[in-house]
Amino acid sequence: MNLSNASASLNAILPLVVVILWACALLLVDLFITKERKGLTALLAAIGMLASLIITLARLDLEAVVFNGMVTVDGFSNFLTVLFLGSGIVAVALSYDYLKRMGLEKGEYYVLLLFTVSGMMLMAVASDLIVVFLALELLSIPLYVLAGIATPRLDSEESSLKYFLLGSFSTGIVVYGIALVFGATGTTSLAGIVDAITAGSAGMGLLVAGAAMLLIGLGFKVALVPFHMWTPDVYQGAPSSVTAFMAIGAKAAGFAAILRIFIQAFPALSVDLTPVLWVLAALTMILGNVVAIAQRNIKRLLAYSSIANAGYILLALVPYGQSDVAADSVASALFYLLAYAFTSFTAWSVVIALEQVEGKGLELEDYAGLSRRYPILALTMTVAMLSFTGVPPTLGFLGKFYVFRTLLEGGFPGLAVIGVVTSLISAYYYLRVVVYMYMREGEPQAIRDPWLYIAATASAICLVVLGIFSQPLFAWASQAMLH
Amino acid sequence: MIPLSWYLIFAAALFSIGLFAVLARRNAIVILMGIELMLNAVNINLVAFWRYVNPELIAGQVFAVMVFAVAAAEVAVALAIFISIYRRRRSVSADEIDLMKW
Amino acid sequence: MPQEYIPIAVLIILATGLAFLVVAIGHLFGPRRPTQRKGQPYESGMRPFGPGTRRMPVHFYLVAVLFILFDIEVVFFLPWAIVFRQLGLFGLIEMIIFIVILLVGYIYAWKKGAFEWE
Repeated sequence: MNLSNASASLNAILPLVVVILWACALLLVDLFITKERKGLTALLAAIGMLASLIITLARLDLEAVVFNGMVTVDGFSNFLTVLFLGSGIVAVALSYDYLKRMGLEKGEYYVLLLFTVSGMMLMAVASDLIVVFLALELLSIPLYVLAGIATPRLDSEESSLKYFLLGSFSTGIVVYGIALVFGATGTTSLAGIVDAITAGSAGMGLLVAGAAMLLIGLGFKVALVPFHMWTPDVYQGAPSSVTAFMAIGAKAAGFAAILRIFIQAFPALSVDLTPVLWVLAALTMILGNVVAIAQRNIKRLLAYSSIANAGYILLALVPYGQSDVAADSVASALFYLLAYAFTSFTAWSVVIALEQVEGKGLELEDYAGLSRRYPILALTMTVAMLSFTGVPPTLGFLGKFYVFRTLLEGGFPGLAVIGVVTSLISAYYYLRVVVYMYMREGEPQAIRDPWLYIAATASAICLVVLGIFSQPLFAWASQAMLH
Repeated sequence: MIPLSWYLIFAAALFSIGLFAVLARRNAIVILMGIELMLNAVNINLVAFWRYVNPELIAGQVFAVMVFAVAAAEVAVALAIFISIYRRRRSVSADEIDLMKW
Repeated sequence: MPQEYIPIAVLIILATGLAFLVVAIGHLFGPRRPTQRKGQPYESGMRPFGPGTRRMPVHFYLVAVLFILFDIEVVFFLPWAIVFRQLGLFGLIEMIIFIVILLVGYIYAWKKGAFEWE
C-alpha cells in the first residue's frame, strides 16, 4: 500500500468517507447549536447523506476491488448503499418532529444515525471477514445507544439493555465463527477462502462449524427464529423513529453480510448448510406470522412482522449453492429488501404520527376510526398492510413473487408452499388493522407534521408505482456480485 | 512445541464458560463479563491459528487487536447503559428488568 | 516437548513452596498480639468511617469509561511504532488521521463537560 494506491482505494469508497467525515464534523458542529435549533443538525445530517447518495448515484456502475481485496465495490454494494442512504434520509424526516414531541431533541441522535449508516455502508462493500466484523460493530454500537436515547424513559433503557446484551452476545458468536473460518483456511478474505476450498487445503470440519456460527450470529442480528427473542421487546421499547430505522437498516445490513459471505465464500458448503437454511426459514415464517396474530400493540405487531419478513428474505438464500440460481438468489433477496424497506417506512411513519407521549396511541384500538378523521394516514397504512400481505400490484407482492420464483428454480416447492400459506395467515393480522381503521368507531389522535406526511405518502405511492414498473428495478438488483 | 489442539480446547472451554455466564446468570454485569470471556476466547483462537496455520500472514494478530478495541467500545457503551438503569431501578438483574415481557 | 519445560516446572514448584514455607514459619513461630488498631485496613492511615460499599459519585464511572476508550487505542500505536520506518510517510499520515478522529471524540467529551468536577 502506498499513497497513490491509497487514494485510488479511498476514491472507490468516497460515499462512505463522506458520511464518516460528515459525522465527525457534525459531532463538533452540534456542540455550538443551541437546544432550540436542533432542526439544523437534522438538516445537516440529511444534507451529508444526500451528498453521499448523489455521489453513489453518479457512479452506479463503478466496480473495484481495493484495500488489498478487503473492500469490493460492485453492483451489489451500490444497490445496498443507495438503500442504506435512502433509509437514513427517510429516518431523519421521520425523527425530526417525533423527537421534538417526545422531548428528545439531542444532536447526538443524528450523529449516531450517521455513524450507523456508515457501518451499514461498510458492510455492503466488505469482502473480508475482518471488515465484516468492523462494519457489524460500527452499525451496532450506535444503535444500542439510539435505542436508549429516550432515557430516562424506562422502556427505552430496557430496550437498549436487551439489545446490547443480545447484540454483543451475537457478535461474540460471529467473531468465534470468523476465527474458526480463519483457522480452517488460513485467511480472512472471502476470495482467499474460496481458493483454499478449491485447493483442498481447508479443514472442512472447522469451516462448516465456523460458517454455522456465522449464520447463528448474523441470524441474531436479522432476527431469525429461534434467535429472535429480543426483537419484540427492543422494537417496542425503543423510540419509534429508531425502531423504524433499526427494522430496515440493521436487517438489510445483516442480510448484506449473509448474502456476501455465503454466496461468495461458502457455495461449497451448501450440502451442509442448505437444510439448515431451509429449517430456519420455515420456522421464522411460521412463528413470526402466527405469534403476530396475538399482538395488540402495533409496535410488537410490526416487530413480529419484521421477524416473519426475515424468513421470506432467507427463502431467497436457500438455493444459494446452485451456481445457476445464485445470481437470482441475490437479486430477489435485494429486491425483497427494497420492497420491505418501502413498506416498513410507510407503516412506521403512520405509527409515529399516531404515537402520543408516554407511549400512548400504540394499541390497535387507537387506530379505530382513523379513516374518518385522517383519511390520508388511513390510506397509506392500508397500502402498507396490503404490501406486507403481498397483494398485487404492490411492491410487496413482487418481492414475494421473485423470492418464490427463485425458490422454485432451485427446486424447493415444499418451502414455497409454506411461504404462501404463512402469507395467507399474515393477511389475518395485517387486514385486521385495516378493519379497525375503516370499520370501527373511535376518536384517534394524530399529529400533522408535513415531513412525516411527505415521507408516508411518498413511500406509499412508491409502493404502488414501483410495483407497476418493477422490471427495471429487478434488473438493477440483478447486477452481479463481483467475485 | 505445544500442539495447536491444546489452545483450541482451552479457547473452546473459555468460550463455553462465557456462554454459560450469558445464558445462566441474571446479573447484567456478569453477562457482560461472560461476553468478554467469549471475545477473549476468540482472541486466543485467532493468535493460535495465526501462529500454527499461517504465520506469514499477519491478519490473525491484527484481528485480535481489532477485537480488543471493539470490545472496549462495547464495554464503554454497556457501562453507560447499566449505570443509567441502575440509578433508577437500583438493580441490573435481567429478571427484574421486565417492563415488557421477554 | 515436555523436557524443555522442566526448568519452568521446577521454578514454579520452588516459588510456591518457598512462599508457603515463609508464611508457615511466620505463622508458627511469630508472636501474635492482635489489637483492634492492628485489624484496621490501614493501620497508620485515616480512621475508617461508614460501610465499605459506600456510593460513589457517578462521575467516577464517566472518567473510567473515558479512560477505557482512550487507553485501549494505544494498542494500535504499538504495532505502528514497530514498523514505523518501513511504512514511512504513508503510515504517518494514516496515524495522523487516526489521532484526529480520536481528537474529535476528545473535544466532544471536553465540551460536554465530562472532565469537570462540580
